[in-house]
Amino acid sequence: MRLSLSAPSPRRMSLIAGAVVTGLVVAACGGGGGAKETKNVEVFSWWTEGGEKAGLDGLVTTFKKENPDYKFVNAAVAGGAGANAKNVLASRLQSGDPPSSFQAHAGGELADYIKAGQLQDLTSLFEEEGWNDVFPKGVVDLLTHEGKIYSVPANVHRGNLVWANPDVLKKAGISEVPDSIDAWIADMKKLKAKGVKTPLAVATDWTQVHLLETVLIADLGPEAYSGLWNGETDWTSSEVTTALNHYKTLLSFTNTDRSGIDWPDAVKYVTDGRAAYNVMGDWTAGSFKDQGLEQDRDWVWFPVPGTDGVFDFLADSFTLPVGAPNEAGAKAWLKTVGSAEGQQAFNTKKGSIPVRTDAEAADYDAYQQAAMEAFGKDAIVPSLAHGAAASVGWLTDVTSAVGEFGSGQDVAKLQQALADAADKHAG
Amino acid sequence: MKRGIRSWGPGLLLVAPSIAVIAIFVYGLIGYNINISLTDQHTGLPATEYVGMDNYTALFGEDRFQHALTNLATYTVVFLVGTMVFGLLWALLLERGVRGEGFFRSIYLFPMAVSFIASGVVWRWLLNSSQGENATGLNRLFGTLGLDFLENPWWSDPKWGMAAMALPAMWQLTGYVMALFLAGLRGIPEELREAARMDGVTEFQLYRHVIFPQLSPVALSALIIIGHMSLKVFDLIMAISGSIYQTEVPATYMWTALLSFDYAKAASIAAVLLAVVAVVVVPYLVHTVRAERRS
Repeated sequence: MRLSLSAPSPRRMSLIAGAVVTGLVVAACGGGGGAKETKNVEVFSWWTEGGEKAGLDGLVTTFKKENPDYKFVNAAVAGGAGANAKNVLASRLQSGDPPSSFQAHAGGELADYIKAGQLQDLTSLFEEEGWNDVFPKGVVDLLTHEGKIYSVPANVHRGNLVWANPDVLKKAGISEVPDSIDAWIADMKKLKAKGVKTPLAVATDWTQVHLLETVLIADLGPEAYSGLWNGETDWTSSEVTTALNHYKTLLSFTNTDRSGIDWPDAVKYVTDGRAAYNVMGDWTAGSFKDQGLEQDRDWVWFPVPGTDGVFDFLADSFTLPVGAPNEAGAKAWLKTVGSAEGQQAFNTKKGSIPVRTDAEAADYDAYQQAAMEAFGKDAIVPSLAHGAAASVGWLTDVTSAVGEFGSGQDVAKLQQALADAADKHAG
Repeated sequence: MKRGIRSWGPGLLLVAPSIAVIAIFVYGLIGYNINISLTDQHTGLPATEYVGMDNYTALFGEDRFQHALTNLATYTVVFLVGTMVFGLLWALLLERGVRGEGFFRSIYLFPMAVSFIASGVVWRWLLNSSQGENATGLNRLFGTLGLDFLENPWWSDPKWGMAAMALPAMWQLTGYVMALFLAGLRGIPEELREAARMDGVTEFQLYRHVIFPQLSPVALSALIIIGHMSLKVFDLIMAISGSIYQTEVPATYMWTALLSFDYAKAASIAAVLLAVVAVVVVPYLVHTVRAERRS
């Protein structure tokens, strides 16, 4: 085969080659300008739609009113319930390009960032703003890591709640709220006898962890449950075994397609009347509101049996990363997040409740008012499934063990795996 | 001397950028990854010391990783056997001169154009595990057709779930294997068939002794291509089930390890994955290089 074009002369060839190489080198050296002073406040979150987006917008409006000099830059990353955002965030932090402030679940989930030295201590900001007095002590304790506070909570959600379908319960003749897991299981047996195939709806692995944590709270009580996360409670104890056996029994009342669905589908099982109960956090109330479903007519709620008087706490919070551009602006943002106006603007829209104890109850709907009342007087314990109790690594190991239990149903193995995870990650 | 540089210099200069880029971004980063896998970087903090092969021994001692490898093995076997058998079958059928061959060829090849993520979302719904009155997707179809006995939990089955997971992958790549076989079949000279027929062989003997032996290089290529794709599977599983224990394979395990800041573990899994794929690909590359040199 012959090319019709004549080959370029060697001299010409080397010129072309030289030009290509130079071009590449120049391109590689370009980019990456120096840091400069900025009026931008770049806030990183995974709130991109629905009530969450509306809440963030409310917060931003308040921030702009109080700080007209600063420009708010929304660096939200959508998808994967925050997983995508956390991925992007990790790479930004590693390459030394942090946002002014980023969203993270309050509590144990921050441990990894703190250990890596990526967060600034906010203890003095808490003192300046008097937040130690307006935030409940239980919450401040959960936020404190080795004597220092690293994040400002924006809202509070409660995890230990059962959402139930009143019609299904009525048909089975269940009128009383069960007061223990055993009583609850007895109710499920009644439901099953009345032809409700799946009394309890549950979804994929993380919702099973959520269910398990509420059973642990019910059987261990708030103090011993909190002790699981700081090494004071033994994971191999017989109380934990009881809880795991309860969990196994509960799982036998659930839908078989659980690993294929996510939490909204499980909630839909209840609202469609195919299941009686679902255990989920109180963002469920927000989604009911969006769907136009009414409390008492379409749905009822009660604390997971055996956990009345306990508030399984989780919160979104904002941080101040080390090397944050426009630190003064970032602090102004954090002040807005913790302020009464900011919390009101955010929570009335998102459907969560404010962390501040001085919030006006009349601004909120019936469910939220009940939650605020409980938050004020209940024992507060950290949620595992939502990053308050343990580090991400610990949660991942527990989730994997719970996922395995879903198919193997071996209580001893699950307990051993949970104990191993605690040994590996505690302290 | 000067003449020497003149002849190979410009050529080298032209390929130099790609050599440099590959050296840094492929081999350099593989080295970097293996380096991390030998350290104790299990948190966001920098590593404190080298721990040798500890991460690897811990990994292989873990039930969870063995479970991931078993899942991967099941998936790969079903995927490979499925695509090879159906790919060959379709190629043979089309090769017999079906009317509208071009049409069928396109139909079978089209799924390959869809990304695993996109088809995964559809298959997630098709392979829904609900049965009976709650059934959706394929189970619903079986139910309506009165084929209730075919309803099954698909990938939710603890033991054979990964075999169901291979169905979408088969659906996507069987057409590709068919195209490879079809090209192989077309490359066999007609004279050989005629000569064999003249010798009075049966149609079965013709395929068994004349056609199939000549297809073996194509079959090997197809096996390697499908095999290495299968071993690296990630996107399909993320789209269908997400990263959950039951359908965990090394690639999704690596993803969860990375997200929980366990860099050393994630790097070890990546290295194991690379080694597993290399076991399949390297002998093939050596084989092709040798074959090329011979010709």
